[in-house]
Amino acid sequence: MQDLSVATSWFHSFLLGYIPEWAAVTLECLLIGVGLLLLYAVLALFYILFERKVCAAFQCRLGPNRVGPWGLLQSVADMFKILIKELITLNHGDKFLFELAPFLVIIASMLAFAVLPWGNGLEVINFNVGIFFLLAVSSIGVLGILLAGWSSNNKYTLIGALRSGAQMVSYELSMGLSVVTMVVIAGTMNVHEICMAQEHLWFIFSGHIPAIIAFIIFMIAGTAETNRGPFDLPEAESELTAGYHTEYSGIHFGFYYLAEYLNLFIVSGVAALLFFGGWMPLHIPGFDAFNNIMDYIPSVVWFLAKAVALSFIIIWFKWTFPRLRIDQLLTLEWKYLLPINLFNLVLMVVVVLYRLTL
Amino acid sequence: MANTQEKIAKLFPQVTVSQGNAGIELTLADQSRWHDLASALRHELGFDFLVTIAGMDWKEEGLGCVYYMVASDRHECLSVKVTATGDREKPYIQSVFDLWDIATIFEREVYDYFGIIFVNNPDMRRLFLNIDWKGYPLRKDYDADPATNPISIESERQTDFTESWVEKDGKIVKEIKRIFQPDDFVINIGPQHPATHGVLRFRTALDGEIIKKIDVYLGYIHRGVEKICEEDTYPQTLHFMDRLDYFSGQIYHHGLCMLYEEAAGIQVNKRIEVIRVLMDELSRIASHCLFIGTYCMDLGATTMLFYALRVREQILDIFEKTCGARMTFNYACIGGVMQDLHPDFVHDVHALLDVLPGNIKEYNTLFTGNVIARDRMEGVGVLTREDAISWAVSGPNGRASGWACDVRKNFPYAVYDEVDFDEIILHEGDAMARFKARILEMEQSARIIAQLIDNIPEGDYLVKVPKMLKIPAGHWFKMVEGCRGTFGIYLESDGGTIPYRLKLAPPCLPAAAVVDHITEGEKIADLITIGGSMDYIVPDIDR
Repeated sequence: MQDLSVATSWFHSFLLGYIPEWAAVTLECLLIGVGLLLLYAVLALFYILFERKVCAAFQCRLGPNRVGPWGLLQSVADMFKILIKELITLNHGDKFLFELAPFLVIIASMLAFAVLPWGNGLEVINFNVGIFFLLAVSSIGVLGILLAGWSSNNKYTLIGALRSGAQMVSYELSMGLSVVTMVVIAGTMNVHEICMAQEHLWFIFSGHIPAIIAFIIFMIAGTAETNRGPFDLPEAESELTAGYHTEYSGIHFGFYYLAEYLNLFIVSGVAALLFFGGWMPLHIPGFDAFNNIMDYIPSVVWFLAKAVALSFIIIWFKWTFPRLRIDQLLTLEWKYLLPINLFNLVLMVVVVLYRLTL
Repeated sequence: MANTQEKIAKLFPQVTVSQGNAGIELTLADQSRWHDLASALRHELGFDFLVTIAGMDWKEEGLGCVYYMVASDRHECLSVKVTATGDREKPYIQSVFDLWDIATIFEREVYDYFGIIFVNNPDMRRLFLNIDWKGYPLRKDYDADPATNPISIESERQTDFTESWVEKDGKIVKEIKRIFQPDDFVINIGPQHPATHGVLRFRTALDGEIIKKIDVYLGYIHRGVEKICEEDTYPQTLHFMDRLDYFSGQIYHHGLCMLYEEAAGIQVNKRIEVIRVLMDELSRIASHCLFIGTYCMDLGATTMLFYALRVREQILDIFEKTCGARMTFNYACIGGVMQDLHPDFVHDVHALLDVLPGNIKEYNTLFTGNVIARDRMEGVGVLTREDAISWAVSGPNGRASGWACDVRKNFPYAVYDEVDFDEIILHEGDAMARFKARILEMEQSARIIAQLIDNIPEGDYLVKVPKMLKIPAGHWFKMVEGCRGTFGIYLESDGGTIPYRLKLAPPCLPAAAVVDHITEGEKIADLITIGGSMDYIVPDIDR
């Protein structure tokens, strides 16, 4: 396994040879910030194209195929289109909150990027409550959605925002509890250590029954958290036109659009981290030769491939199922997922206490 | 039928009874007995399905209405001609809104076109035209000068009030009523909304996510087809049939052609009838495919749209080869059809029949059995059989409520009495039943096509008709089974080359009108489920 922290610490000491430490840290922060922003944009473009291609395949269509080879430049063109569009301001809305809301949403998803396990030694910040931090920042997003619905001064957006608030607050519980279940088996909230704990076997295998239950719940809750079908009630097109972002235009709308796709990536990234080892290659105890070959594939590739594969499942949901109704959605969470989750947590504790893990 | 005649003669000796092309015709000169007569017809003689109210302007003989009704249990049709009391300023007729629920809307339509006031109807607003419209356009003395009703660049005036006319101390007085309460949270669904399938508008009073009341607001795509028809020759009027319910264009054409042929005494041969029925059933499959696709999309399952459109495209290709169009076919014409079948027709239809069962199975696997779809649709928007009849919700919607209302069975036309098919009747009456009824109907339509496609008789595709078609003075009524229900046509002729009055009774108007009744207390998301399952086509409502 290549440890990329060798490269980063070499770069750090290289800088220290020329400039004082405070300047080196500032410079590194700037570089990482710019790098993450670029990654954010590129990932969003990729995901938009990916979803369109996948959905087209499901629907017996070709998808974008005119701009660039296989339509590769389509989402770039769309991005430029959205950048040059007019920002329409409302006369009767709350202007400050209206303009603040998209930034809250996008900042929430950007902050979550900081703790994703990009590769071995590639965590942006490696601190002891990484996964906890991730849950915390991802709940800021709902604030942006509520503000958007409220400040637009529109009945559709208001209903969309209230639905969204109810939905996200409810499903955060499930998400949090299934994360806690996995923290029990990992014994740490540090993202790097969670990856390292899966060195011999990924948690989905070593945690067997409770881990699989937690995984299913996490995927359901994650789909609901990202407001994607079949849980896309806040923006239920056929009922509320576009839900909370009905009144947004141009890049403000683009922010919501980007945040939706990036949240998809974050949810699949976290699922990859908790259940499929993050950047950790596939290791099977006893098959040393196989394990060594797996180690040759770079850890960054492992992480991205797992995240994209899990996103594919979430996209598959969206293009297959019809949409739930708000009461059914809340029933699913409060009457089914939450009790199962609590039970599952106890089960996991029992499994770990009695060393029943594989 | 003789029995009915005797009973009426006994109950109401002052009524004139005669025989028309569709059934018994009653004429009531004095409208003050109308409510009593209607009540007897409704309760004692079982005429529970009010097909249409055709407003009429007989010039010197005054204004009035022709009511067409059907007894749902014995498939007997009856019409009543009622003349309004009062001068042309303020003619009035007793309302029958308490006997047939749908009469509330039908009477509003007559009021809109003819200015006939229906006494006691709780909601006497205009139905299609602006509330500020001057004059009543279907009266024969209407001034169509654009200056009277200039095109306004102002927003249309809106009101939360309606008026009602009641009889007090022998005088007809106006009362103002509220539609919505002052503190209602009213949200507009439409006229531009993804789920209303056209420019239909529901003013919806909400309590949180629960629907308190819906006011159906119509007329955004009103084109005055009935008025235009009064200025066109008989063959010209045919072309508007494609533009009502644009998925039942073939069937509506077929209906109007049969009406004209019957009125003018033209006999068509067997080949023409078979071709027309084939086209009807093909368009029924195409229409139901589109329903499945768009309905699933309303519920959030976008992928189903493409699976359903795949079959529809195949049917449209068949139509295109023969009719030269994919949408407004103009295929059936008086005395036959426009052109002969394309040589590939039989082969293409066989290809369609081969792929259809597989596709229907796929729809059921992907959607009908899906647990989310079932949760969304089962038990939602339940319409009982009695309500379905009273609200005149016919077609697949009515049959999903257990009402055997298929015109093809009850009043067979063309070759429907010679082919073997089942009338699909389900009893749940919910959105799921309406969805399933359509899927099952596609199978039955395929069955009809399979019986006919290899046995198309030889003969001309067009019989000789006079260049300038004249229809003798009189009136006729015809019903056909459109893709969405009973399509009734009433024709009154004064012996000329243009219709004196052509009343079109579309199936979609009741389907939209009943939405308020079945959504009350349901959630706003259910409005989409219910509205989608009623499958109304807005141009068919507004005409």
